Amino acid sequence: MKKKRSFLEGFAAVPHSAWCLLFIIAPLLFVVYFAFTDTYGNFTFDNITMLSSYTHIFVLSVCFALIATVICLIIGYPLAFFISQCKPQTQKIVVVLLMLPMWISLLIRTYSLMAILDNGGLLNSLFEMIGIGRVKIIGTSGAVILGMVYDFLPYMVLPIYTSISKLDPRYLEAASDLGCNSAKTMLHVVFPLSVPGIVSGVTMVFVPSISTFYISQKLGGGSFDLIGDTIERQFQNVSTYNIGAAISLVMMILILISVAIMNKFSDDGGEIIV
Amino acid sequence: MKTLSKIYMWVVFALLYAPILVLILFSFNDAGSLNNFSTFSLKWYGELFRDTRALEALKNSLYLAVSSSLLATVIGTLAAFAISRMRSKYLKAALKSATNIPMMNPDIVTGVSMMLLFVAAMSIPFSPLKKLGFATMLIAHTTFNLPYVILSVLPRFQQMDKHLTEAALDLGCTPTMTFFRVELPLVVPGIVSGLMLGFTLSLDDFVISHFVSSPDFQTLPLYVYNQTAHEVKYSMYALCALMVFVILLLLLAVNFAGGKGEKKVERPRKIRRKTGGAA
Amino acid sequence: MKKIISLTLALFTAFALLLGATSCGSEEKNERILDGGARTLYVYNWGEYISDGSEGTIDTNAEFEKYCREELGLNVTVNYSTFSSNEDLYAKLSSGAVSYDVVIPSDYMVARLASEGLLAELNPDDTIPNYQYISEDFKGLYYDENEIWSVPYTYGTVGVIYNTEMVPEDEENLGSWALMWDEDYTGNILQFNNSRDAFGTAQYYLGYSVNSDNEAEWREALALLIKQKNVVQGYVMDEIFNKMKGGSAAISSYYAGDYFTMYADNERLAFYHPEEGTNVFVDAMCIPKSSQNYDLAVEYINFMLTEEIAIANAEYICYASPNSLVYENETYIEDMTEVHPDAISILYDFDMSKMEFYHDLPTETRMLMNSLWEDLKIESNIGIAIYVICGVIVALGIALVLYNIIEKRRRKYYFDKYAK
Repeated sequence: MKKKRSFLEGFAAVPHSAWCLLFIIAPLLFVVYFAFTDTYGNFTFDNITMLSSYTHIFVLSVCFALIATVICLIIGYPLAFFISQCKPQTQKIVVVLLMLPMWISLLIRTYSLMAILDNGGLLNSLFEMIGIGRVKIIGTSGAVILGMVYDFLPYMVLPIYTSISKLDPRYLEAASDLGCNSAKTMLHVVFPLSVPGIVSGVTMVFVPSISTFYISQKLGGGSFDLIGDTIERQFQNVSTYNIGAAISLVMMILILISVAIMNKFSDDGGEIIV
Repeated sequence: MKTLSKIYMWVVFALLYAPILVLILFSFNDAGSLNNFSTFSLKWYGELFRDTRALEALKNSLYLAVSSSLLATVIGTLAAFAISRMRSKYLKAALKSATNIPMMNPDIVTGVSMMLLFVAAMSIPFSPLKKLGFATMLIAHTTFNLPYVILSVLPRFQQMDKHLTEAALDLGCTPTMTFFRVELPLVVPGIVSGLMLGFTLSLDDFVISHFVSSPDFQTLPLYVYNQTAHEVKYSMYALCALMVFVILLLLLAVNFAGGKGEKKVERPRKIRRKTGGAA
Repeated sequence: MKKIISLTLALFTAFALLLGATSCGSEEKNERILDGGARTLYVYNWGEYISDGSEGTIDTNAEFEKYCREELGLNVTVNYSTFSSNEDLYAKLSSGAVSYDVVIPSDYMVARLASEGLLAELNPDDTIPNYQYISEDFKGLYYDENEIWSVPYTYGTVGVIYNTEMVPEDEENLGSWALMWDEDYTGNILQFNNSRDAFGTAQYYLGYSVNSDNEAEWREALALLIKQKNVVQGYVMDEIFNKMKGGSAAISSYYAGDYFTMYADNERLAFYHPEEGTNVFVDAMCIPKSSQNYDLAVEYINFMLTEEIAIANAEYICYASPNSLVYENETYIEDMTEVHPDAISILYDFDMSKMEFYHDLPTETRMLMNSLWEDLKIESNIGIAIYVICGVIVALGIALVLYNIIEKRRRKYYFDKYAK
């Protein structure tokens, strides 16, 4: 009996394992391979050393993504908390409203944001009407950060909301019984217990922000290059695949490290994937 | 405090929805401009339904989403079953980590790595893979759907009452029969939510498709991307407005009609931890 | 039972893994074996560069499909896709990842593709009957001296487009590239988001050749572009249509033909060829070596030169046509004059002596240009504020973490002390 059973179990993993090897592990090995070879396939460190000229782009992307993430957290945390305080029926509707933008293609949302912020767009028409005059928005770093916040805010709110709403109400009662006012409860009970939600929200905002290229292309007016833009451009030309692979590799490693660190600091740990 | 929080929520939601509402409003604009609204008209909707390339892209998108989510569900369910029964802790962790790589990695890295694989595969003489297209898109989409399927099916296998399986075996079922008659029906809700998750993710993916597609197989997001890179046809606004309506209806249907004890089909695009959301 | 299932599963796995393989391979074989059956012609063209049937125009590709069905008895589908720069096209063709049957690159790219052996010989004089209608001026140009590789589709010039509402008539920089650098229009100027054209504007302004291989000249052009970065609104390509039409920008440099498309929607736009000289280009139809449908591609190119189709395209995209069937046609001239009173003179009558073709740059210069272009993008006028805010965030984050660690230690200490 035991033997037959293990046969089926063993076999069930085969398609998936093969798939993982072929289409997850192998592509990553190719990235590594390309990062350490030149166009003729000879081993070289040139691509990696050449990356120093992209330091500026890396720093800029990290700054943009970091600021966008923090703004998302500042706006998103109160929102998540307020939603969790609503009546259950309202909560259901609000969550649907929150999810709806996530389902609409990022391209479309970014594009319509661009149309509004553009020099001759709705917002500037409004400004002109009330006499402020035109303000250049598209092409500034503010526009790019705004785009990131706008596009990824729901990814911050949802996990935080989930972790707050899972909170046992008895904790809150206990806190107030033990003499905490609402601010103290918030600080010492609700906030620490929602840290896992915050960590997952932060990663869900930070990772797409740092690697985006559409937002910076449209809202940055082509004036900034973030890591995503740089990678995308390298892959438009066969002769620069190698340097593109090297940038991707470094970015991937940076992100994996920062995610691992963040997971470490979330108190109860959860399980750290990878 | 109560009113203050209400106001805060209203303001955030207003800002979140403003661009989408503007888009919908101006899709009915006869003038074909985003600045001034002339008269109400359905002109751009008519234009959209005459745009064969947009319709072709829609068809491709649906076709790809259905096939990749089905394929991912089959492979993923089997894998979840296997993982839940694995005795070797080491093997289990390795398989889980490998599965989660596409979820951890930025989309652009996944896209780029797959593209490098395909380009390399194409350069081998006598390689069956000749060019980018449906096949490469199917592989890529299945790959990034897999972790989500496993994430929603695996907990079901793990939470399953082991006594049921034992009872079935004691009552004379073969292990295979047990799998199909007892275990599989028990995890159906997880499979369904994994399938839906995969379907929507695949429908929406742009970044990965951008790298592994070719012009013969364009999906809707790629079509939209090409549109926004050129002179925008206003029928695109109509397309977007329609998509918003369809999605709203679907969401409402899923949340209010099918809410019998099943968890909401949330769409945690990038859940990295179990605390992340659904599943 | 078990065996059957495992067998099916095994087959399924094999199928799944090989799916890409089989479906692709068989498709191609079918195409070749079933000559006369359904075939697909892959056409790769610039965006918005063909009459596509919108707003009552002729749908060129549908017409070609009809032509094949009715005249040749072939069931052909045209797969039409677009690129937005010559470099995109080059990347696609040279990677070998996709195969096309007809591509329409610009002059210098024709030369590069031909020199790298990526094009199939066309010899239009023998194979394309309608080639006779092409003006002699556009035969045997520098990029294809022996008339082997290409058939000209359109030609055009680069000029400056400006909004008369925002730029006054007595602006002294009118007529010169200097307008693109004018600080009075800060935030209202659009520059090309493609290295060759962007560097071109600076080089013409400086009076240098765009085909120079002098590094100092390129660096000087970069310095000028960096200076311009403070006044430009952004680097764009075809997004320019919406921006100029909607009045989101006042000044931009772009292709003459596209100006008419914008003018049709916004009559306040005006155009001039800068006096310092500017670029002239020819976009030509070629057949890549990897083409699977050579005969159909030849048929397609010839079809594009027939009177009705060529006029429809010329009127749709508003670029100048080298085809005598077009530029000598009365209705065409009338139609274009209706679009813009000076259309014909802007398109066809310009001083060739001040115009310069882009030549294919030697690899070294091209690499230099690309790296300078990256320098331009990196060169940023982002305020120090971003970095300061970032620094504060990081500092706060570290402080929080440290505080947490200390607090935990402290608690643990008291817990250990009193728990015992």
